[in-house]
Amino acid sequence: MGKYRCPGCEYTYDEALGDDHEGYPPGTTFESLPEDFTCPDCAVRYKEDFEPLED
Amino acid sequence: MLTTYTNEVTVMSTTYALQDSERGYIEYTDKKRHLWMSSLALPLFPVLGIALYFAFDSQWMLVIPLLFNYLVIPFLDYALGADENNPPEEIVPQLEQDTYYRVLTWLTVPMHFIVLIAIAWFVGTQDLTLWSVIVLALTAGSYSGLGINTAHELGHKKPELERFLAKIVLAVPAYGHFCIEHNRGHHRDVATPEDPASSRMGESIYKFVLREIPGAARRGWEVEKERLARLGKSEWSVHNDILQSYAISAVLQGGLIIAFGWIMIPFLAIHNFFAWFQLTSANYIEHYGLLRQKEANGRYERCQPHHSWNANYIFSNILLFHLERHSDHHANPTRRYQSLRNFDDIPQLPNGYYGMYILAYIPWLWYRVMDKRVLALPHINGDLSKVNVDPDKRDEIFARFGEGKQAALV
Repeated sequence: MGKYRCPGCEYTYDEALGDDHEGYPPGTTFESLPEDFTCPDCAVRYKEDFEPLED
Repeated sequence: MLTTYTNEVTVMSTTYALQDSERGYIEYTDKKRHLWMSSLALPLFPVLGIALYFAFDSQWMLVIPLLFNYLVIPFLDYALGADENNPPEEIVPQLEQDTYYRVLTWLTVPMHFIVLIAIAWFVGTQDLTLWSVIVLALTAGSYSGLGINTAHELGHKKPELERFLAKIVLAVPAYGHFCIEHNRGHHRDVATPEDPASSRMGESIYKFVLREIPGAARRGWEVEKERLARLGKSEWSVHNDILQSYAISAVLQGGLIIAFGWIMIPFLAIHNFFAWFQLTSANYIEHYGLLRQKEANGRYERCQPHHSWNANYIFSNILLFHLERHSDHHANPTRRYQSLRNFDDIPQLPNGYYGMYILAYIPWLWYRVMDKRVLALPHINGDLSKVNVDPDKRDEIFARFGEGKQAALV
């Protein structure tokens, strides 16, 4: 399970945790998030802008 | 790597410093630190008229707070001029961590409840003319509009507490959908024809408001409905953040109607509308005519500093938690107000927000002041294809300014 970070505001999507508030249960892969996903915190960055984080 | 941070707090200011590996020693003193405390004194203005009414026994006194808004603030923006304070980017993380600033925004939340209840009490218990009731409703609405501004500051932040406080303060003007619609809708769609909260060249504020208020409510509801659907919950449930805020509004405003009678119905209707209209006014002037270009992949280019109008005036910025440093806000929406920065060569309005609101309310004057400024921006340079134009006014505007040609910028 990986982590992906918004390069603008540093919101981090952790696949192992998902995002409860947004309705993505733990284990939801970043790949399977909707194509029109924008950063839940800043909404400035699109899905393809997110950067995978090294563990 | 950064090596040392220092943080020297003195009586009137705080100096932040750090040793940067590339730029060396950087120091910044926030001279506005204590000026931000004015937010705690602002509730005095809406009730000032009431105090003067009792002192002089004249209902004419009630109009003073509105005169302050629309005459004194624009004059002070003109007289006191630009804000020279501008924190270096490297200092921003230190400013963000200083909890003093955020506590001020938290403290304004209960004040919005107190002021509305106090003015409602006055309207409900005194023998007033119809005009006085209207003036008081507008005054209360104007201050609740600042409540939307406080919710804007709080609702963009990551901590749960601040998002919760945003939902609470939005209950005062009954605008509970604002934070969801603004953060997830406006910030995504800003400066595009799709955004109901970005105004178009040739669109008057009176036409804009009919697109903005319903469009924002619809978009906020859609965003929340989609989130709840992913959670497997109905939008008609207690989990709906919008309905939670509306429920507080119902208790507050229903309570005022029960306590002070039928006069509260028109009073609250005018209050609510005028609070919303403060937001409409800000939205109208913040992105007028500005347009993001579509890229090859069908997405709009990322929002750039030249996609927002700014007003770097010290007085109204203090009243509005730096809302007028709008380009930096759209570049970094989660950045706290004390850290927002001004830049050279970004679109600048010729007065602060309150002064520009007055221009906006007189459409022919607004067009006269603003249309040439839109076309003169360096990235537009007279090219109307780079302007967000009202489709209904397209022929008229193209005829006046010339299609794709250098406009006569007089």
